[in-house]
Amino acid sequence: MAIAEQDGNASGYAAPETNYINNGYGLKSWLLTKDHKRIAVLYMISISIFFAVGGLFAGLIRLELLTPQGDFSHSDTYNKLFTMHGVVMIFFFLVPSIPATLGNFLVPIMIGAKDLAFPRINLLSWYVYIIGGTLGVIGILAGGVDTGWTFYTPYSSTYSNSNVLIVAFAGFLAGFSSILTGLNFIVTIHTMRAPGMTWFRLPLFIWAHYATSIIMLLGTPVIAITLVLMMLERAFGFGFFDPRLGGDPVLFQHLFWFYSHPAVYIMILPSMGVMSEMIACISRKRVFGYEFVAFSSVAIAILGFLVWGHHMFLSSQSTYAGMVFSVITFLVAVPSAIKTFNWTATMYKGSIVYNTPMYYVMGYLGLFLVGGLTGLFLSNMGLDIHLHDTYFIVAHFHYIMVGGQVMGYLGGMHFWWPKISGKMYPEALGKASAVLVFLGFNLTFFPQFVLGYMGMPRRYHSYPDEFQILNVASTGGASVLALGYLLPGIYLIWSIFKGANAPQNPWGAKGLEWEVADTPPTTFNFESTPVVTEEAYQYGPIEEH
Amino acid sequence: MAADHVDHHEHHPHGLAHQFEDMAQQKESVLLGMWSFLITEVLFFSGYFLTYLVYRTQYPVAFAEGSHELDITMGAFNTVVLILSSLTMAMAVHKSHEGSKNGTLGYLIATFILGGVFLCVKYVEYSAKFEHGLVPGLAWHPHGEHSPQLALFFSLYFGMTGMHALHMIIGAGLLIWLLVKTAKGTYTAEYNAPIEVFGLYWHFVDIVWIFLFPLLYLLGRH
Ligand SMILES: [Cu+2]
Repeated sequence: MAIAEQDGNASGYAAPETNYINNGYGLKSWLLTKDHKRIAVLYMISISIFFAVGGLFAGLIRLELLTPQGDFSHSDTYNKLFTMHGVVMIFFFLVPSIPATLGNFLVPIMIGAKDLAFPRINLLSWYVYIIGGTLGVIGILAGGVDTGWTFYTPYSSTYSNSNVLIVAFAGFLAGFSSILTGLNFIVTIHTMRAPGMTWFRLPLFIWAHYATSIIMLLGTPVIAITLVLMMLERAFGFGFFDPRLGGDPVLFQHLFWFYSHPAVYIMILPSMGVMSEMIACISRKRVFGYEFVAFSSVAIAILGFLVWGHHMFLSSQSTYAGMVFSVITFLVAVPSAIKTFNWTATMYKGSIVYNTPMYYVMGYLGLFLVGGLTGLFLSNMGLDIHLHDTYFIVAHFHYIMVGGQVMGYLGGMHFWWPKISGKMYPEALGKASAVLVFLGFNLTFFPQFVLGYMGMPRRYHSYPDEFQILNVASTGGASVLALGYLLPGIYLIWSIFKGANAPQNPWGAKGLEWEVADTPPTTFNFESTPVVTEEAYQYGPIEEH
Repeated sequence: MAADHVDHHEHHPHGLAHQFEDMAQQKESVLLGMWSFLITEVLFFSGYFLTYLVYRTQYPVAFAEGSHELDITMGAFNTVVLILSSLTMAMAVHKSHEGSKNGTLGYLIATFILGGVFLCVKYVEYSAKFEHGLVPGLAWHPHGEHSPQLALFFSLYFGMTGMHALHMIIGAGLLIWLLVKTAKGTYTAEYNAPIEVFGLYWHFVDIVWIFLFPLLYLLGRH
């Protein structure tokens, strides 16, 4: 600790006595808090737990797939394993991951506000999430659910003998919680910006969260009603999708994907926001084409609502509808490419700093590039017939959603860790974790592209012998990946107790959260409302402390 | 980045939450919050309306049969009741702006009673459907000749009006809370945003019914 204090003093920064962490002790002061930063921490803890649970299911899946025959699970158990992996990871980890943690913590500080517009609704969203999560866990312990995370009818509504109702209701509650978060962000960004913080001075992190919130508000209610219809049919025998009564199961798919495609962008836009902040800082440059990057977030959010049919090329959709969906899906590549090119252009001739966030940025760019380009394969109607429901698509969406969002989540967690915890993490271990995640991820999922192309279907516990080598590689990669995810969990917690005290602005970064707010921030973030006088990312050369 | 600072407001107006600078910002925020929530609600109900649209186009005969089974008098009566309740709600908001506590209280009570009347009539209608065996899954034995898709119509009828009734019940619960607060004198001519925001919600729930009534009771009747 003596060393830690010296280090803190060396930067000449005197942190305030009282900050949001030590302003009130005891469980009650946390569980009834209205402070957005404390709620973010609550979310961080609960989301990490669900990430571990979802990861455990993934581990079991990869273990089963080590050999061609069924080892410890057969069809029924395996169906439950991948369903619960999907449900936990999507509804309880990926969707809230960055918005509810980093977003909750940073949105008010970045725009110069004391808190979100509705602190009580913010706390409510966490409780709704926890109730949903608890129901989900109860459903799992009671024997799980086997419909796939997509809950397709009529299997889910009529035939499945597993705990569909309770797990679907858990998903419904998780959606409700994310609606509350999105609503809070939209209002806060509109009405609570500090004087001088105009729309085009906003950090791109804010633009990304604004776009994400639009999807949360417009998409999530549709999945909510879809799950309600399915649950009514299952619970009471109402008919909405039951072919015996004239109902159409494909209607369920339309409603489901109307949300669930845009939901993919809930799971990637926030990490794009994280990337913009980190890339500007590590390149010591303003983000190239700020306005284009900002609007491309909104464009992705809007286009995302017009492409759901690409999940249904083989579900009795007409060829012409398929063509329209295919073309619009190709269009999504445009704003995505704008972002990627602009980030690269930002780094070009920048004074790159080789720290952990930078390693995560590079990893993210690599994975997002592969994930994005393979998306183009799948938006092609002809090729999609070959690749549909194979491991190719499994690999594709993991590259986007896990490669994208988790790299952003972990990278952002490192970048803002000094601000959140007031402590520095060990830099060498940080870089090691980034490298492990990148290598482990590619080793896990790249073989799956090949497997899928060769024709291995998803969602089976056994496969022909000739697929084994690639499956062993994938399982081996998953072990490395697990190590890469475990490592930050250990040293970040370690740093809370043993890490050096963080100065106010360890990276010399721009933005209200670094330059004005204390480390860790005080309860109301600022002593007095800041006035913003310049655009975002006005980086100069690195200042020597 | 931050060259100078704006001073904190030292005085603290009644009803101003700590995160806002002033009453104007607070009011703008809560109104925008409710409008955003109502957009979410529109999308929520749109799932029902889309399902209705798809099946109505596919099975016009079954849906016409279904409309005939509904009690148009009770439906029309309830429509009038809800429109009246929107009027009393608007008056409550108006009175709260004037700072008239008793006026606000009176109109809120009237709104609550009208909402209750609506729910009672709905209860009578639902009971009749159970008696006639027109509840899919729970009590389904319709008399005489009928299209096989009649069950789809009644699934939608109960799904849509049930979800609407649930919103009415939540609204009635919020009304009780507002009534207590108003009686305690919490709201003033300056601070009345909760009443105004609740008004938006109440009008929205009424508008949903304005769509449900013709779609379920009237269309295809003749
Ligand atoms: Cu999609």
